[in-house]
Amino acid sequence: MGKISDMVKRNRVLISDGAWGTSLQQKGLLAGECPEEWNISHRSDVLEIARNYIYAGSDMIQTNSFGGSRFKLAHYGLDSKAEEINRAAAEISREAAGDKLVIASLGPTGKILMMGDVSEEQLYEGFREQAVALEAGGADAACIETMAALDEALCAVKAVQENTNLEIICTFTFDKTSAGDFRTMMGVSPSSMTTALIEAGAEIIGSNCGNGMEQMICIVKEIRNTSSDIPVLIHANAGLPVVKDGNNTFPETPEDMAGLAPKLAEVGANIIGGCCGTTPAHIAAIAGAVQ
Amino acid sequence: MSETTDRIALLVKRGKINKASPFPPDLKEQDGADEQTKAALDSGAKPSEILDGCMKGMQEIGTLFSQNKVFVPDLLMSAKAMSAAMAHLKPHFQSGEVKRKGTFIIGTVTGDLHDIGKNLVSMVVEGCGWEIVDLGVDVGADTFLEAIEQHPDCAVGLSALLTTTMPAMSQTVAAIKEKSPQTRVLIGGAPITREFADKIGADCYSPDPQGAANYLSTAAA
Repeated sequence: MGKISDMVKRNRVLISDGAWGTSLQQKGLLAGECPEEWNISHRSDVLEIARNYIYAGSDMIQTNSFGGSRFKLAHYGLDSKAEEINRAAAEISREAAGDKLVIASLGPTGKILMMGDVSEEQLYEGFREQAVALEAGGADAACIETMAALDEALCAVKAVQENTNLEIICTFTFDKTSAGDFRTMMGVSPSSMTTALIEAGAEIIGSNCGNGMEQMICIVKEIRNTSSDIPVLIHANAGLPVVKDGNNTFPETPEDMAGLAPKLAEVGANIIGGCCGTTPAHIAAIAGAVQ
Repeated sequence: MSETTDRIALLVKRGKINKASPFPPDLKEQDGADEQTKAALDSGAKPSEILDGCMKGMQEIGTLFSQNKVFVPDLLMSAKAMSAAMAHLKPHFQSGEVKRKGTFIIGTVTGDLHDIGKNLVSMVVEGCGWEIVDLGVDVGADTFLEAIEQHPDCAVGLSALLTTTMPAMSQTVAAIKEKSPQTRVLIGGAPITREFADKIGADCYSPDPQGAANYLSTAAA
């Protein structure tokens, strides 16, 4: 199968998967429940989500481990089960993936290093534990995502690098500022992210979440101004949620996102998938549009 | 404004905590909010001059933050500098020599475990002169109601990051308004909009911490 970063050099746009959180909610996950615990208690539901993305045409799928760091699991008293929960997450996606790839999700810990919430050593240990378990469960790559702070992201990259053979993907979440440029809440721009992650040895970089496909096109352009050859992965939200009849709905339809996907590839995205609010239908439409 | 007030305001705005702090680089090895506050009080400055300085500094950094001209790290450093100055004021608050504008109760709603946004709002509102009662994350309506009973003149802030916890926010606002209609309720968080705030009967929505502080100052005046 080889590395994803080699596959993208063969001039084909690869397709990743869509949302997990919103899919779990549709299957009955309640507010206040630990999504990652479902890897143990609702294995077949999680497996079905993964399978639906493979059927939709994903070349790679994520794992239900976004909040699987011991820091997040501690809110539910599950930090001592971090190893078991993350290994199960990767095993489920591995089972669904067949000959496709598993890119294991590692989300932010919610701790701010510069506030002294945790030490760098504690943060490193949390990411190490998670990444090792995800590799043991059969992941091919680590997808460190929704990052806002460089220090936390670089700590995660280092922990994966030094303790596993996983290929390293790292994506940040940007907002558009009133001046019209893109920054994370910690003030990181796409170009400063690009420079720092390449220097740290991330093999694929990019952006996830955020406010829809159109903004992702601008973000990819900025990444490409800094690096013309680093493989770029984009997991875009189906826009920002709007409340409709008491329920949250995401504004971008599969057709909307598929309509912009070729442009996203044209400006330099190598791997395209979805984040919050995207479904297998979105992924199938995007795959149809770019392949 | 006194010279002391301006000096403390500048240190808070720049996020210069104390002499040992390397941030910001151009103020390295100079006294920070900690040392300057102590020195000012020792040489007879009024505690209220210090408090005014904290308020002015936090107001300035909070405004820059809402304009996207500075980001979370800058706000955090300012809040740390503010805390360093405020620590010297503790006895003066206890003696009643300086007073807060009021009490602000804040928490993240049921089912939501995110605290970064809530903490940023706490820091800025505290910096604008309010006493903060932080109820933490995953806070149920009953806990808010109990806290309101203990601080009847308070204002309340509700935070949510997840789209899935917005209904809990709606229920909490309804519970507060039913039991304590005069209590002002402010809401905020990534998925929250003014439209949503209007719909669920909250008094104020702000996309950034300074907006909440400004609302409180106006409403309290």
